[in-house]
Amino acid sequence: MKGVRHFPGFLAITLVCLIVLYAPLLVVTVYSFNGSTSITQWGGFSWRWYIDVFTGPEAPRFGLAARNSLTIAVLAATAATIIATAASLAMVRGGKFRGRNASFALINLPLMVPEIVTAVAMLIFFTMIGIKTGYGTILIAHIAFCIPFAYLPIAARLQGIEPFYEEAARDLYASRARAFAHVLLPLMAPGVISGWLLAFIISLDDFIITNFVKGAGMETLPTAIFGSVKQGIKPNIMAISTLMLLASASLVTLSWLINRKGQRSP
Amino acid sequence: MAGAGPSGKSGKDAAWAPLALPLMLPTWAVIGFFLLLPVLLMVVYSFLTKEFRGGVIWEFSLAAYDQFFISRGLFGDEPASIEWTYIGIFWRSLWQAAVATGLCLLIGFPTAWFIATRPPASRSIWLFLVTIPYWVNLLIRTVSLKFLIRDNGPLNEFLMGIGLTSGPLPLVNTNLAVQLGLFYSYLPFMVLPIYAAVERYNFALSEAAADLYASRWRTLREITLPVVKPGIIAGCLLVFIPSLGAFLAPDLLGGAKTFMIGSLIDEQFKGSQGNWPFGAAISVILMSLVLLSLLFYARAQRSQK
Repeated sequence: MKGVRHFPGFLAITLVCLIVLYAPLLVVTVYSFNGSTSITQWGGFSWRWYIDVFTGPEAPRFGLAARNSLTIAVLAATAATIIATAASLAMVRGGKFRGRNASFALINLPLMVPEIVTAVAMLIFFTMIGIKTGYGTILIAHIAFCIPFAYLPIAARLQGIEPFYEEAARDLYASRARAFAHVLLPLMAPGVISGWLLAFIISLDDFIITNFVKGAGMETLPTAIFGSVKQGIKPNIMAISTLMLLASASLVTLSWLINRKGQRSP
Repeated sequence: MAGAGPSGKSGKDAAWAPLALPLMLPTWAVIGFFLLLPVLLMVVYSFLTKEFRGGVIWEFSLAAYDQFFISRGLFGDEPASIEWTYIGIFWRSLWQAAVATGLCLLIGFPTAWFIATRPPASRSIWLFLVTIPYWVNLLIRTVSLKFLIRDNGPLNEFLMGIGLTSGPLPLVNTNLAVQLGLFYSYLPFMVLPIYAAVERYNFALSEAAADLYASRWRTLREITLPVVKPGIIAGCLLVFIPSLGAFLAPDLLGGAKTFMIGSLIDEQFKGSQGNWPFGAAISVILMSLVLLSLLFYARAQRSQK
């Protein structure tokens, strides 16, 4: 019964969809190897803009921004993953506790409030309680909006683990902490790892909220790129973009492979 | 929305019940204190009086909402009438977001359908191909799109090269560029929920209709669509809501004529020209629109059952 599933042209539209999604990225990747200083003229294949990224006049600025972005992403993803793991234990294994529905809404709140509204609310809040905006406020903001992204794969994974593994360990007199550390956590690992990776990417990706709560003089990679792009797209930006593109694509591939492997075992 | 919802199998699985509250505490502390509380404060803030240097005075005032909705002329001495500037920007944003959602549906539905009807082994690879670009930095994707469609960019060179156009198409700074940018930003949000709905769909229903001589398109329209409708509505909402408050696509791909809510809010918090209570008020109005869309979604979901 092929007939009811197949529609003429759907394959063509899918291919159009993929072309639209990938064309801009491919074009920028190709042009990042352009040997010419002009972004319109093709001057032959060259690594010069990649060398420029690391040694050129803008290298210190982007280097510092990249370091801020990376350390914030690592710290925010780690904190968000720990918080989300605890939350998923309560939500999936916690029975019908008081405030469960409210907790569920709260976990999803960062996804429901538009980013720009979150940005405005946090800026007003930090200013009002007198916290100076900077590295710390960016980190707090990132932890908050990364929680639902870390929670998603962790809770999904936990739901797929039957309770009897842990019960067996408890029946054999393992303490709750021991049963968790030696039985449940290893089983949850694929979800925890992909949760961390997603939170990490989401933190690296953020521009709007960071731009509001970063304060003067503080830059992350996206805000530095934005500032530079406002004056026009330069070739070194294309090299940076290609590097970030590669980093995100490999992290997502990694997360996908881990998740797929996890789905096969119990 | 995240899994493990209120309808989860919460009754049986209660091994961690005694620790549920302490385990939720960090989430409440972080999201509750640094997001929920700030959003509530923002609502309060929108009713405060603006100070000259960009701060506020703690005095109740409707000035921000007055500025948004009511015009009293350039010097404030004319009779009050409706101020169309900001309503116009909201209207444009709604329209741009709606067009982007329509574009996403037009391309996203066939794509999701095609992927969901592949053999299970290749499904995840197709799905993976569609989702990778989403994980690439949004700023970089938007800049890449701008690079591709700019006046003397590769797309125009290509179009002129094959003789389709004689001169470069002025795409950047138009409504179309912003719509394309929003479409490009959020397309995977449309594909994923529709894919999930079509994948769950029982094709025996379609086969039964086909056996009764319904045409393929009629089967799709009258049998399949009503069943997968929740997925379509979810997809539309997931594209529409972020599009409405988007900042990067309109800011980088558009110009003064394509000004949207995101840029309007952003402007209120820049330098000494800013007006924080006004910015808060616009945010409150934007959030109310989003909440209305979510309520509409909840109602549509309920009427399905």
